Amino acid sequence: MLRRLHSEQPDSFAFTPANQAWAEAQMTKYPEGRQASAVIPILWRAQEQEGWVTKPAIEYVADMLGMAYIRVLEVASFYFMFQLQPTGSVAHIQVCGTTSCMICGAEDLIAVCKDKIAPKPHTVSEDGKFSWEEVECLGSCTNAPMAQIGKDYYEDLTAASFTKLIDDLAAGKDVVPGPQNGRYAAEPKSGLTSLKDYEADKPQYNASAELATELGDGVKRIQGDEVPLLTPWVGKDGVVAGRAAAEPTPEAPERPKPAAKQAEAAKAETPSKPPAKKSDAATPAQPEAAAAKVTEPKADAADAVEEKEPETLTAAREGGADDLKLLKGVGPKLEQTLNELGFFHFDQIAKWTEAEVAWVDARLKFKGRIERDGWIEQSKKLAAGEETEFAKSAKTDGRYKDKS
Amino acid sequence: MLKDQDRIFTNLYGMHERTLAGAQKRGHWDGTAGLIEKGRDWIIQTMKDSGLRGRGGAGFPTGLKWSFMPKESDGRPAYLVINADESEPGTCKDREIMRHDPHTLIEGALIASFAMNAHTCYIYLRGEYIREREALQAAIDECYDKGLLGKDAAGSGWDFDVFLHHGAGAYICGEETALIESLEGKKGMPRMKPPFPAGAGLYGCPTTVNNVESIAVVPTILRRGAEWFAGFGRQNNAGTKLFAISGHVNNPCVVEEAMSISFEELIDKHCGGIRGGWDNLLAVIPGGSSVPCVRGEKMRDAIMDFDYLRGELGSGLGTAAVIVMDKQTDIVKAIWRLSKFYKHESCGQCTPCREGTGWMMRVMDRLVRGEAELEEIDMLWDVTKQVEGHTICALGDAAAWPIQGLIRNFREEIEDRIKAQKTGRVGVMAAE
Repeated sequence: MLRRLHSEQPDSFAFTPANQAWAEAQMTKYPEGRQASAVIPILWRAQEQEGWVTKPAIEYVADMLGMAYIRVLEVASFYFMFQLQPTGSVAHIQVCGTTSCMICGAEDLIAVCKDKIAPKPHTVSEDGKFSWEEVECLGSCTNAPMAQIGKDYYEDLTAASFTKLIDDLAAGKDVVPGPQNGRYAAEPKSGLTSLKDYEADKPQYNASAELATELGDGVKRIQGDEVPLLTPWVGKDGVVAGRAAAEPTPEAPERPKPAAKQAEAAKAETPSKPPAKKSDAATPAQPEAAAAKVTEPKADAADAVEEKEPETLTAAREGGADDLKLLKGVGPKLEQTLNELGFFHFDQIAKWTEAEVAWVDARLKFKGRIERDGWIEQSKKLAAGEETEFAKSAKTDGRYKDKS
Repeated sequence: MLKDQDRIFTNLYGMHERTLAGAQKRGHWDGTAGLIEKGRDWIIQTMKDSGLRGRGGAGFPTGLKWSFMPKESDGRPAYLVINADESEPGTCKDREIMRHDPHTLIEGALIASFAMNAHTCYIYLRGEYIREREALQAAIDECYDKGLLGKDAAGSGWDFDVFLHHGAGAYICGEETALIESLEGKKGMPRMKPPFPAGAGLYGCPTTVNNVESIAVVPTILRRGAEWFAGFGRQNNAGTKLFAISGHVNNPCVVEEAMSISFEELIDKHCGGIRGGWDNLLAVIPGGSSVPCVRGEKMRDAIMDFDYLRGELGSGLGTAAVIVMDKQTDIVKAIWRLSKFYKHESCGQCTPCREGTGWMMRVMDRLVRGEAELEEIDMLWDVTKQVEGHTICALGDAAAWPIQGLIRNFREEIEDRIKAQKTGRVGVMAAE
């Protein structure tokens, strides 16, 4: 289903400090380099804080997890619990309308919503307090019909009890979630048919309703101090026992893409040397919390050739840049990258030392390509005015003409 | 009827203590290290002998599934992923386990993970279950606090972590490979198989995905023995099972019963009978929305297990989510609502499903009102056959089967409606 971002977006987003801590704790659940796994829980926390998922929030979460914005937008638009438009200030009401609830009277509940809130779903009511939608099965079918309001399930509803519930919420009264017809949980209403031994000493509410009444945060905007996320899996020595016991997770096949914003920010900081800074952004963006543990973005420990920055230019010398595409292995895209790094001429490339090759290599997405395709040898020839076989054919067949 | 002492989920309704101490009083976490000491092979063999079939809907033998995991690690870690994305319409059993009896699940996760050489378990909970998440997380925290999880979990010598992860409202994430994709932080779109998750699953590592109930019954089976569990139910349909009965019964409920209980006994004993009496029963969907509906008169003597429902009635036990509909129900509309559900939940990856679910829903929509031609019933049947079996995952099949069940069982109801619309008479339809 096509879902788009809302037309009006706030300027910025930031987690409250407690929510930020919560989100960073969430990230410890996943192995190193797999922090993208935390995207749904963290986006969800952003929604709990703001009431809906805004564009700045998507960008914030992407930057936090080192993900491309589009990947987070995909997640936000794919999963239906993410509200992409503003919701009611008190609550967004989700009425289950799937078959079990429908045959038990969900349509009456939807009629109440249309009447009391707004004729159309995803529309904020006139007083701004509520919005509603019909959702698919919420998994409380033996307590049909039901609705989710904020964090809680309100079950065994009737049109009358549902109306009263909305009125009470609007008036700011305390409401108790769970079955609204005197039932305890999912047992038969007329009385237990099994497990009767414990009935006499049962707690006042079932587990869900008990948490709701204890915490009192059912329709609250979550600030992060309500239910802190303890991380008992991180032992006193800072080691996650199960993860340490298992073999290391293999490297992610593709490093997280650099977040565009970080690149921009880096550029803006030092306009004089864009190439070097840009390259910083091109190394995997490590989420801050993880960075504390990982220390440095991995500088290939295996082939420990030390990197040295070669001499770069901010612009081509007089007479214009050489056509770097004449190097075998360099296309228009790579040429652009090389230009951005500060390389415009064959003689520059011809002079690279091993350490400098390592530096460039680290900033290109194609490890080992410089050596494999023999750029330096090619450049030496081309700089000296000779032709290589590839350059000859590239010039004559005009392979880059039609594309540029 | 199953006796209370033979029930595995003794705190299903949450009326006893929900803490670790309460769970221990009910016999959980008893001698866990001893069970693990008996070794991997013993655990897997006992699970095979018990005859436990996966409780998530497909009914694949659990012990056999576990045995597909590599015995020796090739350098990659192994993962157990527990599918708690309970969203099949009609199904609400795992919720009761997670909020009221969470320690059955956590203890099961430790034992199952050990049996599969996994040090890490992820529980993928559906996003809407927020309080259930809080309850389950509190239980996990308590286990860490008491040394039942983490380093040397429960004194077994096995280092083990349980992480609670959640989704955000996508039914498709109940499909195991979509769930893995979602857990990796992507859109929940199913993967092609092979490779199967046991070869390359979460983060490309060997992974087994099991339903909550399948894992939560493990410790009790191991403690009480495979023969005990296999003693319930017919051959090949062993054990006890959580049934969730919703719809037009007098007392809808979730209840643990022996497999192969008759439908009549299940309804009369626990649900106070059909609303309006047995003669008022129109249709039953016996296993969650994805299985075809069955006519009421065939259902009364039905045996509630995998083989009977599939073999004799052309339906299925699925998740044992029984949706009961009485004669006041508009059956065409009830099935149309399921079509709408599948249209909404199709992930959009495969064309037959993405386009087919919408197409089927629109035709169903007209059938509800009778604004169609008689030939369109066969055309709709044809389309369901073109969707079924032509998609990466089973959502296409699941979307087709309810409609096929409707046409097979209630064709005259649809025809009456079309004829009535054509002749302008309204009174023909009792269900309206």
